[in-house]
Amino acid sequence: MSLDANRSALRRSLADGLLRRGPLEAVATTIIAAGVVMLMQPFSLTLYSWSFATTLLGTVMFTIVSKVRE
Amino acid sequence: MNELSASSRIAYRAAMVRPGVARRIRGLSDRTLAWLFITPTIVLLLAINIFPLLWTIYLSFTNYRANRPNAPVIWLGADWYQSILTDPDVWAAMQVTAHFVIWTVVIETVIGFGLAFLIDKKFRGHGIWTTIILLPMMLSPAVVGNFWTFLYQPQIGLFNYVVAFFTGRDASSFQMLGDVKLSPWAIVIVDVWMWTPYVMLICLAGLRSIPDYIYEAAEVDRASKWRQFWSITLPMALPFIMLAVLFRGIENFKMFDMVNLLTGGGPGSTTEVASITLKRAAFESWRTGYSSAFAIILFVSVFGLANIYVKALNKVKSR
Repeated sequence: MSLDANRSALRRSLADGLLRRGPLEAVATTIIAAGVVMLMQPFSLTLYSWSFATTLLGTVMFTIVSKVRE
Repeated sequence: MNELSASSRIAYRAAMVRPGVARRIRGLSDRTLAWLFITPTIVLLLAINIFPLLWTIYLSFTNYRANRPNAPVIWLGADWYQSILTDPDVWAAMQVTAHFVIWTVVIETVIGFGLAFLIDKKFRGHGIWTTIILLPMMLSPAVVGNFWTFLYQPQIGLFNYVVAFFTGRDASSFQMLGDVKLSPWAIVIVDVWMWTPYVMLICLAGLRSIPDYIYEAAEVDRASKWRQFWSITLPMALPFIMLAVLFRGIENFKMFDMVNLLTGGGPGSTTEVASITLKRAAFESWRTGYSSAFAIILFVSVFGLANIYVKALNKVKSR
């Protein structure tokens, strides 16, 4: 019983740690930056093809996570 | 006399207002009044910002051509997006844009920060030098584009003569705007000349925000000037430098006017940045649907970068 309580507390603290605005915004920012780099890099046409989807994903994510609590 | 007549006019108008109307206006809540005041702004914003954006998104999924408004509009789905994102020519335009953005931002940041560092020393006559350095930024891009076209003239241009003076080459032996290898650098030089002062201003704001007592404490600890620069000046000015980098990056990503005036994307397509490709597709080939999709791709990229910019701005503000 106490083991279950410990597990759920651990899960809650992990969720509290990860589901905050700061780290989520950092992830979204990284995805946007990766998308823009993919759009302009001269090495792979495949990366260029996926750049728009990546940037869009990052931008949508940023818009959503900027509403998450601090 | 005038005041009297004005006040009497107001009193007359107040007397003419029907009591019912006056009561109705007085009875409005603060919230309703606030909405009443901001509604025109919201309507204007919807009309000139949101509606064109939504309309462009719609057009990007169709075969619409602006020069054939009566032709039947067919829904194409994401065909234009697929076409743009697999087109090697558009990819090449993106690489030209990348060359332009990366080199202008790097050179502007290095020179701008260096100038800000010097101006911050407050030497004799620093005010007049600041004004002189800021002059290019105050000019219109159209003016800058035109007079740099003259400066780059191989026969009469001052730029070629200066290069010839320092290198010993014949002034008319090279063309900055007509040469495939030199033209991408020609547009970089003009942008650096014009926008370095802007980066300098932002960096100067960063340098002036560093409190003197930190340097005084470093002096007490006998830190060298070099150590002070790397441990105090650079880290504390970094958010401002980042702001300048992001701002110039976003601006140059959508650069159109200056490049269009200087080279028009030529020779060939060596200076064809993304916005020039977009203009050609929209107003020379009249592929409105295709160019709308391209505009949306560029918009999403700039919007994403703007999000990072706002985040950096908030970081600077919180300092």
